[in-house]
Amino acid sequence: MEQTLDNKVGSNAQLIDAESIVIRFSGDSGDGMQLTGMQFTDTAALLGNDLATFPDYPAEIRAPVGTTAGVSGFQVHFGSREIYTPGDQFDVLVAMNSAALKVDLPRLKKGGVIITNIAGFDKKNLNLAGYPDGVNPLNDGSLENYIVHKLDVTKLTKECLSDSGLGMKEIERSKNMFVLGLLFWMFDETMEYTITFINEKFGKKPEIAAANIKALKAGWNFGDHTEIFTTRYKVSAASLPKGEYRNITGNHATAIGLVAASEMTQLPLFLGSYPITPASDILHDLSKYKTSNVRTFQAEDEIAAICGAIGASYTGSLGVTTTSGPGMALKTEAIGLATMLEIPLVIIDVQRGGPSTGLPTKTEQSDLLMAMYSRHGESPLPVIAASSPSDCFQTVYEACRIAIEHMTPVIFLSDGYIANGSEPWRFPVAADLPKINVSFLTEANGPDGSLLPYKRNDLLVRPWIKPGTEGLMHRIGGLEKQNETGNVSYDAKNHEIMTHLRAEKVEKIAETIPPITVDSGKDSGKLLVLGWGSTAGAIKTAVRECIGLGYDVSHVHLRHINPFPKNLGEVLGKFDTVLIPEMNTGQLLKLIRAKYLIPAIGLSKVQGQPYTTIELKEKILEILK
Amino acid sequence: MTTAADQSMPKLTAKDFASTQEVKWCPGCGDYSILKQVQTVFPDLGIPKEDIVFISGIGCAARFTYYMDTYGMHSIHGRAAAIASGVKISNPELSVWLVSGDGDAFSIGGNHFIHLMRKNFDMNYLVFNNQIYGLTKGQYSPTSEKGKVAKSTPFGSVEEPFNPTELALGAKSSFVARTMDRDPKHLQAMLKRAHEHKGTSFVEIYQNCAVFNDGAFFSFSDKETKKETAIFLEHGKPLIFGDNNDKGIRLDGLKPVIVDLNTSGLSANDMWIHDEKDKTKAHIIGSFFDSAFEGGHFPRPFGVIYTEDRPTFEDGLHNQIQELIARKGKPALDKILSGDKTWTIL
Ligand code: SF4
Repeated sequence: MEQTLDNKVGSNAQLIDAESIVIRFSGDSGDGMQLTGMQFTDTAALLGNDLATFPDYPAEIRAPVGTTAGVSGFQVHFGSREIYTPGDQFDVLVAMNSAALKVDLPRLKKGGVIITNIAGFDKKNLNLAGYPDGVNPLNDGSLENYIVHKLDVTKLTKECLSDSGLGMKEIERSKNMFVLGLLFWMFDETMEYTITFINEKFGKKPEIAAANIKALKAGWNFGDHTEIFTTRYKVSAASLPKGEYRNITGNHATAIGLVAASEMTQLPLFLGSYPITPASDILHDLSKYKTSNVRTFQAEDEIAAICGAIGASYTGSLGVTTTSGPGMALKTEAIGLATMLEIPLVIIDVQRGGPSTGLPTKTEQSDLLMAMYSRHGESPLPVIAASSPSDCFQTVYEACRIAIEHMTPVIFLSDGYIANGSEPWRFPVAADLPKINVSFLTEANGPDGSLLPYKRNDLLVRPWIKPGTEGLMHRIGGLEKQNETGNVSYDAKNHEIMTHLRAEKVEKIAETIPPITVDSGKDSGKLLVLGWGSTAGAIKTAVRECIGLGYDVSHVHLRHINPFPKNLGEVLGKFDTVLIPEMNTGQLLKLIRAKYLIPAIGLSKVQGQPYTTIELKEKILEILK
Repeated sequence: MTTAADQSMPKLTAKDFASTQEVKWCPGCGDYSILKQVQTVFPDLGIPKEDIVFISGIGCAARFTYYMDTYGMHSIHGRAAAIASGVKISNPELSVWLVSGDGDAFSIGGNHFIHLMRKNFDMNYLVFNNQIYGLTKGQYSPTSEKGKVAKSTPFGSVEEPFNPTELALGAKSSFVARTMDRDPKHLQAMLKRAHEHKGTSFVEIYQNCAVFNDGAFFSFSDKETKKETAIFLEHGKPLIFGDNNDKGIRLDGLKPVIVDLNTSGLSANDMWIHDEKDKTKAHIIGSFFDSAFEGGHFPRPFGVIYTEDRPTFEDGLHNQIQELIARKGKPALDKILSGDKTWTIL
């Protein structure tokens, strides 16, 4: 905790100003830690803190209770300064049971605060968590470097709700609200937003709403009235750029980015999707926007999902499909069809740990080469990646622009970390959104009134022709087509021409994308850290800290990966060394080395977890020292 | 819903539906007849050409799309139904026709086939069943009879074939018909019925593969045999077949029984009267395929086996959207961008 100032408040606890705080809510999958974390986050956001969150939960809906495998964590880093990552280490750890403590203690700062529910430290829980018989970390002295608060949250909640008329199960479920109330007190935050939330969520079950609110307030009062807590922390509002803000997750930003593109182009949005972690929330969110010209289609499988989107695009809608790695694998043949047809299509891959089912709820950036090359035959496609939760909005909007203006499938890469993570976002107004040009062919475009469905413009883009347009009946398909006419052709030279035309068309997208600029640091120098996707926050923080320490290091972050921005080679050439950190074993690294023939250095992490700032700083310093 | 052609427009002819592409099926292929019957019937349907879309997968049958002067997409193996779903949702006004073979529809595309039946988009699914893989040069298919000797089964296949009628009924199809390439009049009639039905119309068309499975269905069309092997269903008419229309089928409980009209003392009117809206009976008719009943070999049924009026997917979806708009209105994009909870930094 970065602390500055002491003063006394109403209760006997002293109130300390902190610049930024990292809290980890950790408990069993059934303890409601995600909801608790999100409620805390929403309040911090509404009070003007900058923040970043990291929900970190197991793949199983109900993993074995009480075990380390079943621990579900929600991390929030909030501050009065700009925050780009959920934080390397926690200031406060809420551990609802012994397994949670075991899993998360290693990343609690020395001297940090632990709030435990001792009901989760009985013999059974300790055994399940894998502590040896007779060992309880709460009383064996192993936590003496920390400030430990041992509360029987379960009992306290039961006591406060004893006359609520609810069953034991429901009462126990409210214990997370007790903890949340206590945390609100500790950080001097209002309970108002959560009370509104509870009333909305349990509108139809007023007795449950009342119990949750009572538990929440009991938690607050417990902090205020007992003498156990001697310190409270105040994190003032951050001085972010002026404007209106909201808190947003990557998946939600992706969903509304698609709605925005649909609305700005007046094209109906068609989402073909099959449920898959961690992409399903985009399907859920878009399903709520049906009144905004959005049609969501939960297909029978991943293949039908993308094929439905292809049919929709062919018919003049903005066709989109959302998935994660295993689903991408199933979609590849259809992506090849869309490439061959040359129709707009946005393919959203929210990456997770692979191969195969891999780590469904954990993050990774390991689908980049799949996005680039997974189709059979020569079938290059534009690839674009979002760098933060809110950046998903702008990036998916850009994916729609490229798809529509260049008549091509586009792969948009997000990942579990930014998809579920959230941050404050200075959202745009519709009037400021960039224009996307849409045109449909309505008249024959060839000599003597003939139709040439594959006649191209300067950017090698063919026209979009909707079924239903009088006089323009024609057939398209997956077979190789004759240049311009689109008729089936097996001619050898024609196939070569078409292969090159399809590739050049993708290359020409570079003419419409802005030159890359340096994000932090100078335009030239000793070391450039080149990143893509969700590593942005950690790289930015690490690079800025190193610059602060006097090191010659810069940061460039890519949104467009295929094609690369035109000036990328020039930018890279101005640095002695290029370091590429990725949550894979070096995929962008391969692309950069192959294209620019430079001896770039890779840094790899494949643990299902995002980079910490420290990991990146260590590597930067190792290179520069 | 298809739109009626402008009355003032000159009526289209079969030729108007032929594309400029050279038709490239093998000589003697049953696909030629199907193409001809489709092109013959289409002018009568009164749909403007630009409102017709053919979607096909892969296989000999799938080339059909290239030969129709309508909109069309020759897509990838098995996926026509999925692509067509997106087409129909995007523009319910289009008249959508799917063309598949037995491998395309029931093997690689089996999942999409069953879900299409269930979802009930208003479109027509023509499956050219030749009980063989033609384009890949003669492997047994999911409709080949057990024991089929083909390229990949030199000692005979060991598995049971699908009965497409039962498959479709089991998947909640709202229209199931069977016809064949060698009976042009019947084929035309089935195409018209399929078009008239609002919902997914599944038409199984027995089609001769002259090269790899020649004559598989000839017994249903050859003069000498067809009376005994085939039965042509008509709504409200008794189930009669046989050389001199002297055999009938009646139900003994739920068991079909073949009756000799000459000797049994029963007349045609005592026979089972076909009711194409009766699902229980449709299941029984569907199962004639397997000769699963005692009492001899049942004739193969042709005609509309089952039809049912039920809401289409696209109507369900678009009506729901209209209702939502009427009830809630359409949110402004700015409201969607801001969400419900915002704060201002001054
Ligand atoms: S292989 Fe058989 S089905 Fe295919 S075109 Fe030739 S005859 Fe027709």
